[in-house]
Amino acid sequence: MNINDYINSGILELYVAGQLSEKESKEVYDLMLKHPEVLKEVLEIEAALVKLTASVAPKKDIDFNTIKGRLNTNSETKVISLNRPKTKWFNYTGWAAAVVLAGGLIWTINQKSNLEDQIQIVNTEKDFLEIQMETSKTDLAETKNLLNIIRDKSIINIPLEGQAAAPGAYANVYWDKNDDTVYLDLQGLPEPPEGKVYQVWSLTLNPLTPTSLGTIDDFIQDDNKIFKLKNANQSQAFGITLEPAGGSKSPTLEQLYTLGALASI
Amino acid sequence: MQLELLVSKFKQKDEKAFEKLYNMYKDSMHGVIYNIVRDNDIAEEIMQDVFIKAWHKSDSYDATKGRFFTWLINIARNAAIDKTRSKAYKNASKNLNSDFFVDIIESQDNLDNSTDAIGIKKFVDKLAKKCIQVIELLYFKGFTQKEASEALDMPIGTIKTRNRNCIKELRESVL
Repeated sequence: MNINDYINSGILELYVAGQLSEKESKEVYDLMLKHPEVLKEVLEIEAALVKLTASVAPKKDIDFNTIKGRLNTNSETKVISLNRPKTKWFNYTGWAAAVVLAGGLIWTINQKSNLEDQIQIVNTEKDFLEIQMETSKTDLAETKNLLNIIRDKSIINIPLEGQAAAPGAYANVYWDKNDDTVYLDLQGLPEPPEGKVYQVWSLTLNPLTPTSLGTIDDFIQDDNKIFKLKNANQSQAFGITLEPAGGSKSPTLEQLYTLGALASI
Repeated sequence: MQLELLVSKFKQKDEKAFEKLYNMYKDSMHGVIYNIVRDNDIAEEIMQDVFIKAWHKSDSYDATKGRFFTWLINIARNAAIDKTRSKAYKNASKNLNSDFFVDIIESQDNLDNSTDAIGIKKFVDKLAKKCIQVIELLYFKGFTQKEASEALDMPIGTIKTRNRNCIKELRESVL
């Protein structure tokens, strides 16, 4: 672009008149920074117009001090004071409302979260109670079953007395001859020491012949201490000895805990 | 760039800088306003209001969008035109004649013999009527190029070159 042509085009006069678009004005502004002759031209156009317009003004000098008092913050406050309380009030209420709203929102979210937590807890409790109820039902069924067994007239009850190895011990044998089953109530036996198990023996008396019915391997874990073993023997008595884990072929008589014979014998 | 510095200080609410700008432009604005309202008291009042308004909205001036003088003259013209539209002004039945600014200059008494005044008179005396009209419309009245071209029944391009030549003559007379 030829700067002289640009200057002579009359665009700078229009620039000072405020006739250019924002884009054109920016262009002139940039050229003024780049080319001193453009800036000089604009300043001269402006100076000439300032003088021309000033020559139209009434010849009265109005001092800056006449407006100075209205520039400072005091007058500004005075001027705006009518609006300000209102604006402030609106502002404060607006902010207060926003804060209250935000607070309410947070509170609601909190409440919701709390309630969800509570629901979770209640659900867990419910599950737990259901399991407990199920367990209780099972327990009850088992107990009823045991009661039925004990009450059954075909079942023979043989109390086993504590022997020298464990004078305070006792046990009960319920023998269902119909299905060759014995139920052992071992509540009265102490917990076997580690590495030892109780072994149950069926005895015939003349001559004294012991037959192993099996070992009670889960004595400690079992809650009701009632155990079920098969017994197809013509037993005359039952004995329980403490044996090494896995059981023994023949009873260790020194460790005979309980012993009892059938009443009819 | 002294002027640019004053303007940027003015934007930072520097009262001293503003006072200098006021003294540079007060007569100019007063003239533009008086040419529109043609009343001494009203023109004086509006001129002061214009500078106070400029001070309070100094943030809105953007140097990249135009000259400070241009920005100020726009505020002045708008304030003056608003005044002529007000009921109070109309009720005072101001007799707004269609005279141009030159009539004001020519009607002023010759007691003022400052060099500027002499230069202006010289300029006005030798100016062609078309020149006076173009300057009147573009700078005193704030007409757009298009509005001026319609008012003067002259192509837009002619307005631009004529304006350039008129301002050139003005500069030769007063600078």
